[in-house]
Amino acid sequence: MTLNFDEAMVKYEPTLGLEVHVELNTNSKMFCSCSTQFGAEPNTQTCPVCLGLPGALPVVNGKAIESTILIGLALNCSIAPFSRFARKNYFYPDMPKNFQTSQYDEPICVNGYLDVEIETEEGPKQFRVEIERVHMEEDTGKSLHVGGATGRIHGADYSLLDYNRAGIPLVEIVTKIVSGTGKYAPQVARAYVTELRDILRSLGVSDVKMEQGSMRCDVNLSLAQAGSGALGTRSETKNVNSLRSVERAVIGEIVRQSNRLEAGERIVQETRHFLEESGQTRPGRSKEQAEDYRYFPEPDLVPVVPDAVWIEELRATLPEKPSARRKRLQAAWSVPDKEMASLVNAGLLDVVEQTIELGAEPARARSWWLGEISRLANEKEADPTSLITPASVSEIIALIVAGDLTDKLARQVVEGVISGEGSPRDVIEKRGLKVVSDDGALMAAIDAAIAAQPDTAERVRGGNIPAAGALIGAVMKATGGQADAARVRELLLNVLGQGGK
Amino acid sequence: MSVINLAAHEMAAKLNDGSLTSVELTNAHYDQIAQVDEAVHAFLYLDKEGALEQAAAIDAKRAQGESLAPFAGVPLALKDVLTQKGIPTTCGSKMLEGWRPPYDATVVTRLKEAGIVILGKTNMDEFAMGSSTENSAYGPTHNPWDLDRIPGGSGGGSAASLAAFEAPLAIGTDTGGSIRQPAAVTGTVGVKPTYGGVSRYGLVAFSSSLDQAGPCARTVLDAAMLHEVIAGHDPKDSTSINAPVPQVVKAAKKLDVKGMKIGVVKELQGDGFQRGVLDRFHDGLDALIAAGAEIVEVSCPTFDYALAAYYLIAPSECSSNLARFDSMRYGIRIGDDGNRGAEEVMNLTRHEGFGPEVKRRIILGTYALSSGYYDAYYGSAQKVRTLVMRDFNAAFEKADVLVSPSAPTTAFKIGEQVDDPLAMYLNDIATIPVNMAGIGGMSLPCGLATEDGLPVGFQIMSPAMKDDLMYQVGGTLEAALLSKWGAPILSQAPELAGSK
Repeated sequence: MTLNFDEAMVKYEPTLGLEVHVELNTNSKMFCSCSTQFGAEPNTQTCPVCLGLPGALPVVNGKAIESTILIGLALNCSIAPFSRFARKNYFYPDMPKNFQTSQYDEPICVNGYLDVEIETEEGPKQFRVEIERVHMEEDTGKSLHVGGATGRIHGADYSLLDYNRAGIPLVEIVTKIVSGTGKYAPQVARAYVTELRDILRSLGVSDVKMEQGSMRCDVNLSLAQAGSGALGTRSETKNVNSLRSVERAVIGEIVRQSNRLEAGERIVQETRHFLEESGQTRPGRSKEQAEDYRYFPEPDLVPVVPDAVWIEELRATLPEKPSARRKRLQAAWSVPDKEMASLVNAGLLDVVEQTIELGAEPARARSWWLGEISRLANEKEADPTSLITPASVSEIIALIVAGDLTDKLARQVVEGVISGEGSPRDVIEKRGLKVVSDDGALMAAIDAAIAAQPDTAERVRGGNIPAAGALIGAVMKATGGQADAARVRELLLNVLGQGGK
Repeated sequence: MSVINLAAHEMAAKLNDGSLTSVELTNAHYDQIAQVDEAVHAFLYLDKEGALEQAAAIDAKRAQGESLAPFAGVPLALKDVLTQKGIPTTCGSKMLEGWRPPYDATVVTRLKEAGIVILGKTNMDEFAMGSSTENSAYGPTHNPWDLDRIPGGSGGGSAASLAAFEAPLAIGTDTGGSIRQPAAVTGTVGVKPTYGGVSRYGLVAFSSSLDQAGPCARTVLDAAMLHEVIAGHDPKDSTSINAPVPQVVKAAKKLDVKGMKIGVVKELQGDGFQRGVLDRFHDGLDALIAAGAEIVEVSCPTFDYALAAYYLIAPSECSSNLARFDSMRYGIRIGDDGNRGAEEVMNLTRHEGFGPEVKRRIILGTYALSSGYYDAYYGSAQKVRTLVMRDFNAAFEKADVLVSPSAPTTAFKIGEQVDDPLAMYLNDIATIPVNMAGIGGMSLPCGLATEDGLPVGFQIMSPAMKDDLMYQVGGTLEAALLSKWGAPILSQAPELAGSK
């Protein structure tokens, strides 16, 4: 028999460990002044230092140290008064020096935590994820394997090397063992990476674009018999490149490992690769024979000894925690939990806040972004925030409030702006989208509607106010939807002797 | 006496008074090289065209009345471990055959800025590993005092070029004695500045925490003047010291040691030191006493462990520093026939490209850093290093500078120690503690050993960033010995095929 996730969670207890690599968004590389711009022609952003040419020496990028300390502070870490770089020695063609300059036993930030909140059957619950360390290192170059079936090195005809990425500053954030999550392990993992991403974004230290690889997650997972208190053998799943994948990778590994254990097999300590299509993992290289990286302190760099006053100055610049901000905004806008979650998940919090700051009512701002704009973005498979600016949205909302646009007209304006027809004013002008506010023109349409539906008009005269809907509808149709429905209703009821109702 | 026999500062004076041009001076050196280098083999590469172009440019500037740096127009020999843009840089290894670096080492930039004319690149033990220059993949350099003997190492080419009057100035690098020991056995002056005193940017690393470039010359003043050209903070080298350069030229000219305390290191004499070496060392001490210095004996007991610790730290760093030579980006590539993968090509290239001594040290260092052995080897060696520093600190409480013979013996015969690495390593017994502590060290000639008539080196060690003290003592000692001998020691060297 095969266990599914729920069955597995009855018999086994998962233990998580998460390693997140983040590319910092510094202008220059970790140890040289080469540009870090994404997407340049191969090997155009290199120099003797990042190519590891004989004789070249590294110099630490001060901005990278500052960013790493900010990350450590935001994750409640202690900042080491003395930390060092170390060499991690192994041979690989895309690593110019055949050692990676990293940190080993003396990382810059240690012992922090991050509180995350998830939805459980008993309501929202908070988990504390403890942080082991935050350290700095340099990225490697990229290998492109040409020929063969899979794009993997095995079976390739030849390989191309691009060293533009070599030396880009990376920060690795490693959690301590995360236990006690039970069946909520997938949600906790996702919530942690989400919260981490939001913090890094609020600090402005990284683009945190998982799809571009500027944030990458490795998921370590092991299972033990429920209640045994033991720690099982772990697997390390790499290539987990979206928030959803983090959750799916945890589920996938729990199901795979539990079924192996059920079958009496043992778990192999190994690196596995996440497969986006199936949500499963495939084995990578085995770590049974532990690699010996022969770490030793990097003699080409001096120790990092950050000034205590400087650290406190940096601490004072920390922005509001994303979780605290969410709570504050939710209260200020009186948003129900579910809708708040939708806003956060859709990544719309910033634009909604900006739209409101520009004068829009919170309820309208939320509903336009979550509704029509998201719907159009979905159709176009695009990010809603890339389609229209908060300024345009707040302008459209202001026109609605002023009675210059109906909701229906406003939808056309939004569609026009997104289609690149210009500003809301441009779209209104070009498409002639103006509320008919001329009472004379409306009265003519009302008279025509009454004449066309005398029975309905009679019922309204008799006090059946809801019946007026049909007449209002006819007027709206006759005016091409450009009339203000409220004004039509008011005029119509007056004509039929029901004014003030 | 030809112009090439002058000291560098004397050549500079002739350039300044217009009695000599840099082109003439440069050509005179190339003439000498043409006559003697087939026998000496000090050079691996000559950049005659570039050097003469540079010399002509300096002459033109001088003719225009431009103010020039003291050594502008004076030629120099560059150890082949420093990068010079567009000029082959092999580090004495087959691995880098044909590699032309795209950038200048900071030392080279400063030489060029000072108008110094770079004649070419000098021979060395492969990747600076050795004490005889026999480990060069391009054949050994011969000692101008006796062509059957070694010129020391690793910088045997630089030292021999000075002794053979092929260049008046040279640059060396010193990881465990590679400037001082060659200076000692060739009768020349060599200085290892304080670690961090001269930029390592562009110095192809052997052991990053020990490597240091420094000046080589035939007189203490020349070395001091070259020292001031190349020293000083470099933002491209994180380990470079951001402080004013000690005033070594001023110190070299003082010629006064009255009241200075000179510490003789008890552990750096006696057993293993050749009789004639010790005799000449004591002549040096007598000269200093006569000049008014006070001699004290100091003990540095941990020096006995310095050599062993050095042979763990240096190979450990070397195993990592030399990992980059994998044929992927530069240098030779072996076995890339379209059927072999990258790993196999890397293996074949490293097998072919590295010589036996380099392989020995890579293996030693890889072992010393391995998990399970790290604490016992690399870790313990670092502790010894700390103790060596403490010994120096304590000794410098009692003395302004410390002294010893630079090397235990005079130049040995080519081939004599190639099959005995341990014997070879012992050549650096007196120089290694200086590198371990990161302080300054100088070797200058103090006479010829009675038994073989070969030069003996006198080592002066000064505290970190007090390099001026060793120049002060060295300058004084040099002057005292010169007045005793009546002529520079190199005038006693046998005639080579060239002019003398």
